[in-house]
Amino acid sequence: MTIYIIRRLLATIPVLLIVAVVVFSILYLAPGDPAAIIAGDQATVSQVEDIRRNLGLDRPFHEQFLNWLGDIVRGDFGQSIFSNRPVIDLFLQRLEPTLALALTTTIITILLAVPLGVVAAWKAGSWIDRLVMSFAVVGFSFPVFVIGYILIYVFSITLGLLPVQGYRSLEDGFLPFISHLILPSLALAMSFMALVARITRASVLEVLAQDHIRTARSKGLTTGKLLFSHALPNAAVPIVTIIGVGIAILLGGVVVTESVFAIPGVGRLVVDAILARDYPIIQGVLLIFSGVYVALNLLLDILYTFLDPRIQY
Amino acid sequence: MKFSRRIIGLASAVGVACAVTAGTASAQEDKITVRSIPIGNLKVLDPIWTTAYITRNHAYMVWDTLFATDADGAIQPQMVDSWETSDDGLTWTFTLRDGLKWHDGAPVTAEDCVASIKRWGARDGMGQTLMDFTDSVEAVDDKTFKLVLNEPVGFVLDAFGKIDSNVPFMMPKRIAETDPNEQIEEIIGSGPFRFVADEWVPGSEVVYEKFEDYVPRDEPPSLAAGGKVVHIDRVESVYMPDAGVAMAALGSGEVDLHESPPTELLPMVEGNPDVTLAPNDPLGYQLFMVINHLNPPFDNKAARQALQWGTKQSDYMATIVGNPDRWQECGAMYGCGTSSESHAGEEPVLTLDVERAKTLLEEAGYDGSPIILMDPADNSTLHPAALVAAQSLRRIGLTVEVQAMDWSTLTQRRASKASVGEGGWNVFVTNSTIAGISNPLIHSFAKNCDKAWYGWPCEEKVPDLIRNWALESNSDTRAELVDQIQELNYQNVTYIPLGQYRPVVAYRKEIQDVIPSPSLFYWGLKKSTD
Repeated sequence: MTIYIIRRLLATIPVLLIVAVVVFSILYLAPGDPAAIIAGDQATVSQVEDIRRNLGLDRPFHEQFLNWLGDIVRGDFGQSIFSNRPVIDLFLQRLEPTLALALTTTIITILLAVPLGVVAAWKAGSWIDRLVMSFAVVGFSFPVFVIGYILIYVFSITLGLLPVQGYRSLEDGFLPFISHLILPSLALAMSFMALVARITRASVLEVLAQDHIRTARSKGLTTGKLLFSHALPNAAVPIVTIIGVGIAILLGGVVVTESVFAIPGVGRLVVDAILARDYPIIQGVLLIFSGVYVALNLLLDILYTFLDPRIQY
Repeated sequence: MKFSRRIIGLASAVGVACAVTAGTASAQEDKITVRSIPIGNLKVLDPIWTTAYITRNHAYMVWDTLFATDADGAIQPQMVDSWETSDDGLTWTFTLRDGLKWHDGAPVTAEDCVASIKRWGARDGMGQTLMDFTDSVEAVDDKTFKLVLNEPVGFVLDAFGKIDSNVPFMMPKRIAETDPNEQIEEIIGSGPFRFVADEWVPGSEVVYEKFEDYVPRDEPPSLAAGGKVVHIDRVESVYMPDAGVAMAALGSGEVDLHESPPTELLPMVEGNPDVTLAPNDPLGYQLFMVINHLNPPFDNKAARQALQWGTKQSDYMATIVGNPDRWQECGAMYGCGTSSESHAGEEPVLTLDVERAKTLLEEAGYDGSPIILMDPADNSTLHPAALVAAQSLRRIGLTVEVQAMDWSTLTQRRASKASVGEGGWNVFVTNSTIAGISNPLIHSFAKNCDKAWYGWPCEEKVPDLIRNWALESNSDTRAELVDQIQELNYQNVTYIPLGQYRPVVAYRKEIQDVIPSPSLFYWGLKKSTD
């Protein structure tokens, strides 16, 4: 196992290198000019050129890339072109809201979608099954921002129960913290729940048809015990896989959700950086995201060995 | 039992944490805080490095100016107590007010101002022109500095008191000595608010606190001039990328003020008795079409004149503003309502004559090649304006290719002098505050030849006329020069004004005494806490 983990960790180096080359190349080739944005509309043509030169944006591709890569190897992700702040500081400053949003979304999803999927499998073909699966189709079909707007309209504007936007840290108290997270988490969880509920249903349905379940049932086990102690653990590998993959997909949804609900998270940091062509932020954060994806995959692979002893590396 | 103890322990910890945070929150609640939505995302903090209006607005909070423009367009002293000019008009001596302090407690000195003027003079268009006429600027003593000119010019105070970017904000000498092409790293000013660096979340929230040691002037506030008396303790400026959510936050009272609510979303709060909508800029904005003079067919004057005759300002204004109380047709290139308002040669700008436009296009030998119209699709004002432009170009017989892109891409592509086939462009629509174009020296978009903005127009007589305007101090002679400059620009079709409109500011009923201005000021403003 240790050798396997070391081998996998070493394999991340070429992956991250490829990501670095691709991200840098795309940004270099993409249109847009941070110098013009910094200078502003009233600036003269020569003022814009002065800033471009000063930022080193007029240097050749290979020179810019090697400088950046050298800094990355030394652990320096660079500075924002606009705010002059270190990229890593900006990332860490935005990490808490994103983690809080991702965590509450994952918790809501696991608490609701897994039991719903199990029940749908148990009552396969019934109206309950159809209801759960219809919800899954609807949840998966609606874009996150549409769900976000509907939730804001109903719960914030019409009923006045929850805040429209923003984020409050846990330091401000649990109630403000959770009240600001409910709507964005629900918006984000809809498609995630749909995905997890469908996979749970399919996996549990497959396990329910197996001999050991029939045996357990004939021994007189209660439905609850049968489903949650015997069927669900045996269906865990695909469910955990989809939750793991879902968390990775979640990062994409976070970008939209954070923009709609004005949450100062990492997703919005990237969107703002893309709109302004703040290259060091885009490059740095995407590289970190890639690292997170790789780590998540590794974590899932390790988790399999605990969930299913037949899996060994 | 162990489990129960753990639960009790955890509950106690949460209780203590809540009590501590509640105490902190209570201390914060005692302060009068205004939560507002700014005009955009504050990305750059240095108002000399960038001309972006969001940075200019931020700078008015933190830094102070030597002079300032009042509501009548007159220049009034701000940090300056008194000044005198020598008989030959070459030597200007300025004395600072008593009690001026930087946010770190140090006194403001004449040397600080000299360094600040030099840095501003290296970046700003009007500042550069002033420096061209300047022999020296130096401190005489702690509170006095002297500006020595090589020719007597009539715009010294206009330059020091300008409200549009780059505004000459005064900074401590050690900060003002930063290379003008690099951003400053310390945000220390002597303005009525202090920038709270620890609470800045770039792209999300900027916090300012009242600077207790600020000594305001005695005069009542008037635009950027007068006494900057602060009645609130703290401003939390929260950027919200989603315009609809921002309006909903204002409607529900989560924020107190929206500096720039989008026109199309005003109906969301128009019926709300708790929200007031008021004009925030007496002059407003000019919308205009930028034409590339290098690429065919608009390298031909007749083709540009065809564009001019084919334009109807009300088409644009009705689309992007709607409410006729908030826009007007205006043929003055320096804006209607300014001291440089002129109506010379405005007929083609204000008259739609499609037949004449078609004839002119024929004279120009237009061959039907597609006109590249750049459309910044992510800009809620300029995108619909671009679509109107496409339609009005088609109306006079031009073949139009609308190329949608984000604003950032447009800012890069507009710098291209390449032909249309090689990534170049023909036209795009943009806007400017009237304050930013209100006289020949600061109107960047109507400069000609070697100082021309994108589009690169060149009417050779214009630069000399602008120089003459700068040297002149007689208002009648200046008005004649403005007439000549405007006529030449319109004959050559440097660019096409598309109308003047006034944005609004929206705020909750608790907010009073908002100063109408192109930049929203937080002095003078009050918030009731009943």
